[in-house]
Amino acid sequence: MTEAFIYDAVRTPRGKGRASGALHEVTPMRLATTALEAVRDRNNPDTSLVDDVVLGCVMPVGEQGSDIARVALIQAGYAETTAGVQVNRFCASGLEACNMAAAQVMSGQSQMAIGGGVESMSRVPMGSDGGAWATDPAVAMPTYFVPQGISADLIATKYGFSRDDVDSYAVESQKRAKRSWDEGRFKKSIIPVKDINGLTILDRDEHMRPETTMQSLASLDPSFVAMGEQFGFDSVAMQRYPDVERIEHVHHAGNSSGIVDGAAAVLIGNKEAGQKTGLKPRARIRSFASIGSEPTIMLTGPSFAAEKALKLAGMKPSDIDLYELNEAFASVVLRFMQALNISHDKINVNGGAIALGHPLGATGAMILGTMVDELERTGKSTALVTLCVGAGMGTATIIERV
Amino acid sequence: MIDYSVDGDGVASIVWNMTDRSMNVMNQASVAAFGEAAQKAIADKAVKGVIVTSAKGDFVAGGDLVSMLEESKDAAKALQNSFKLQKMFRDIEKAGKPFVAAINGTALGGGYEICLACHRRIAADNPKALIGLPEATIGLLPGAGGTQRLPRLIGVSKALPMILEGKKVDPKAALGLGMIDEVVAPADLLKRAKEWILGDGQTGHVKPWDQKGFRVPEAANTPRGAQVFTAGNAMLRAKTQGNYPNAQYIMSCVYEGMLVDIDTGLKIESRYFVACTQSKEARNMIRSLFFSIGEANKLANRPKNIPTQTYTKVGILGAGMMGAGIAWACSSVGIQTVLLDSTQESADKGKAYSAALLDKRIKAKKATEADKEKQLGLIKATTSYDDLKGCDLIIEAVFEDRAIKADVTKKAEAQIAPTAIFASNTSTLPISGLAEASSRPANFIGLHFFSPVDKMPLVEIIRGKQTSDETLARAMDFVKKIRKTPIVVNDSRGFYTSRVFATYVTEGLTMLAEGVAPAIIENAGKMAGMPVGPLALADEVSMELMHRVRQQTRKDLGDAYKSDGSEPVLQAMVEKLGRIGKKAGKGFYEYPADGRKKLWSDLAKHFPVKPAAEQPDVQDVIKRLVYIQSVETARCLEENVVIDVRDADVGSIMGWGFPPFRGGTVSNIDTVGVQPFVTECDALAQKYGARFTPPRLLRDMAAQGKAFYAA
Repeated sequence: MTEAFIYDAVRTPRGKGRASGALHEVTPMRLATTALEAVRDRNNPDTSLVDDVVLGCVMPVGEQGSDIARVALIQAGYAETTAGVQVNRFCASGLEACNMAAAQVMSGQSQMAIGGGVESMSRVPMGSDGGAWATDPAVAMPTYFVPQGISADLIATKYGFSRDDVDSYAVESQKRAKRSWDEGRFKKSIIPVKDINGLTILDRDEHMRPETTMQSLASLDPSFVAMGEQFGFDSVAMQRYPDVERIEHVHHAGNSSGIVDGAAAVLIGNKEAGQKTGLKPRARIRSFASIGSEPTIMLTGPSFAAEKALKLAGMKPSDIDLYELNEAFASVVLRFMQALNISHDKINVNGGAIALGHPLGATGAMILGTMVDELERTGKSTALVTLCVGAGMGTATIIERV
Repeated sequence: MIDYSVDGDGVASIVWNMTDRSMNVMNQASVAAFGEAAQKAIADKAVKGVIVTSAKGDFVAGGDLVSMLEESKDAAKALQNSFKLQKMFRDIEKAGKPFVAAINGTALGGGYEICLACHRRIAADNPKALIGLPEATIGLLPGAGGTQRLPRLIGVSKALPMILEGKKVDPKAALGLGMIDEVVAPADLLKRAKEWILGDGQTGHVKPWDQKGFRVPEAANTPRGAQVFTAGNAMLRAKTQGNYPNAQYIMSCVYEGMLVDIDTGLKIESRYFVACTQSKEARNMIRSLFFSIGEANKLANRPKNIPTQTYTKVGILGAGMMGAGIAWACSSVGIQTVLLDSTQESADKGKAYSAALLDKRIKAKKATEADKEKQLGLIKATTSYDDLKGCDLIIEAVFEDRAIKADVTKKAEAQIAPTAIFASNTSTLPISGLAEASSRPANFIGLHFFSPVDKMPLVEIIRGKQTSDETLARAMDFVKKIRKTPIVVNDSRGFYTSRVFATYVTEGLTMLAEGVAPAIIENAGKMAGMPVGPLALADEVSMELMHRVRQQTRKDLGDAYKSDGSEPVLQAMVEKLGRIGKKAGKGFYEYPADGRKKLWSDLAKHFPVKPAAEQPDVQDVIKRLVYIQSVETARCLEENVVIDVRDADVGSIMGWGFPPFRGGTVSNIDTVGVQPFVTECDALAQKYGARFTPPRLLRDMAAQGKAFYAA
């Protein structure tokens, strides 16, 4: 099998995903082209070598609809022979896009491909694409649908994470994110978003709250109490998990991923394509995997995806130097650490989505880039990137610095 | 059956008038005749509009379940029939001339669906009339357009609770909800209907959903609709535990139907309707909740040829919770009631219970101050046995102690006529034993009420060894008079209801002793369809009481007494831990003053929980909790404690909330199949103990391929 290498990874900063956020004035098309232009301009001016651009996008409707990947690459001035496809694996779309790009390279069907993603959550809000799972009674009732917040609280309840546990995890995430920015750890891949005059609109992640403390989080009410208790979702979850007496609602805006806008792109190719354009590979893709897991608890997929990817790479959890798991909710990370016995100093070392935000379709590609940067910065060798996914899935990728 | 006429102004009348029945119902014949009349009116160019009404006190009471069940045996045929009915109503809707429903009285189910198909609904101001779609309560759904037209008419979020809960409302409330268009004085009903036909009706006969651009505002493809369905699905699953397929089918009819045009929606509804008719849940609910309860209310098992007894005066001994409730039940139907206790204070307190209930009813506008005065005037709170003179019936509701009961029996019997009935409201002590204190045991009987009496509709009548047919017949007359449902059982410890109900709680406690996680036990109880989990129920009943009953039984039975797996649990909870139940604020649960109850945090210290990997599958726990009740009921049948299987089913549903979708403890065996039930019980007996061993009766039935009910 052909080897797939990561040649570069870029991302926009993440703007707060609401009207007051800096990137609200920027179209998702512009976010996507910002990332695509940057990854081209930094590396490989001949875009005809790029066979395909795969972009994750979770709300592919409205201005993010109609295959945003193809239109964005035309708009970015790529060769018209480059194809583009938009994919949706919910929260792991960005990583899935990179895996699909890598798969094209590894199978020998493409020499170079870009994986990435885009999401303007402030402009195309969550839920915009409808879907049957929650609303169609013939689907929702027999499959025990609950919203993700209930699933996250169910994980905390079932696996014994208290409000203090999830809050202290969140405080640490903020601390690490601040340190990363202070030390310039994201510098390599951040592409400022600029206006029509070339003036910077945003060059720094905007969602962070470095002043967060246990006390400040303690004042927040849990977010999913009404949903669970009044709208019956706790009962639905307990019918699926009858060993749970009652669901403890511990998650709130301060220990869950932030709603933000952003885009990312990762340039992936085989060895020859890199040599042809004079690029030095930064990391090798060792393996990747997506799995399905129980859909009501929904967010426990990462450990299974990680185990599958490790097996494919012939590795054990201890062979991984750094883990990056999207901080959808604090309990998701705590459960992953518990399941694979991973210490906190090896995972999400630069903070995560609780501090930085989670632009749904882009996050996976963003944190893959973060790991490439961090392996280079620390001289470490291997990293595993993974995300929990709606409807009970997980996606994981293992990379090795070269 | 259907009268048709056209007046001089070109207004046709289609009048439901089924002279051979007490109410108009929809069956094959009446629907065909109605359809014919409608076609005639539509075809007749001289007819300017049509009034649909009834010549009886009520409009149309709904579908005839007997013929519905018969006609739905074959799904394909049932679907064609349903399509035909939908078309008939659709023809009315698209007639090109106005149809008005002149709703003179109750219009339920198919009766209200006729009204929905009409272009205008005008109801007579008759506060006793009920309007609604109650099909859901017997496992069905409104299959003649109800799930399509009502949401289109009043909106999804208002229509769903009406259909899902089968609510019935009076004409004023129906008007408020938009279910009807006008309420007029009964005398003006037909006049107003005609006026509308000749006036606004001449242009107003195109339904909104037959006009271009119509959109259901709360369809699932709107933001509001998406919320309504997302929350609605979860709330419904929370409430039904997924046990009632018709509930989901109703949601699906509305969800799917609102995304398409009405004709497609009606097709969707027909398919789901037929699916309901084919479900075992609907068959169980129709059988038990409709037919068997109906038979019980009609006193089907009353001994024949005994004159009906009327009741003018009843005496109640003991003014505690039960006595006070029974006094309410008697006085609420106009019976003069003597409420006797050992102190005047206690007797007055018992009477005050009725006053409080009446105040609540006044507040809810269901009664007036005059009603209250009248009803309280019927209750005499006293300490004097002399006041019992002239009572037709005495109901003893004193403490469950033989000596006390014997004492009051003697004192009361000294005052009443030799023909009067003496009844005990004991829930546990055998009636024949109590009758030993009576000087006329033939007139001695058990009347087991359920708490709270004002809400619980069942009375278990217990026939002692010496109770006469006449006494039984007269006691049944009394239960009917107070508008409750009687079941008749023979004497035995715990009779039928207490005995079988106890097995549910006992099984739960036994599992706790085995190390099953308490959350699994409790959730399994609810998932089985029981109103509450067994541990919560033990707290409600009071473990002290359960413990005392066992000790009494042990004393009574001596060596014959068989201990069960719950005893060590009860002993520990009552004697060692002092956690006797909810009344004391502590039992298996903690009852924080400011929050929801939760399982006692130290429970696992005293009843160690097996590790997660060894916990049973919840389906197995559910099976144990349900099967134990059915197998105990089979024993009651074998021992002739329960005489009529319908009484067993009715008693289980109305007495302690056995899940209606299972049809009752006996229907549940038929639903599983007698042979598979026996096989599964044998397996359970091997694993968990002899209490699951099926009685001979079941083995014989299995061997002969018999069932309790005809299929």
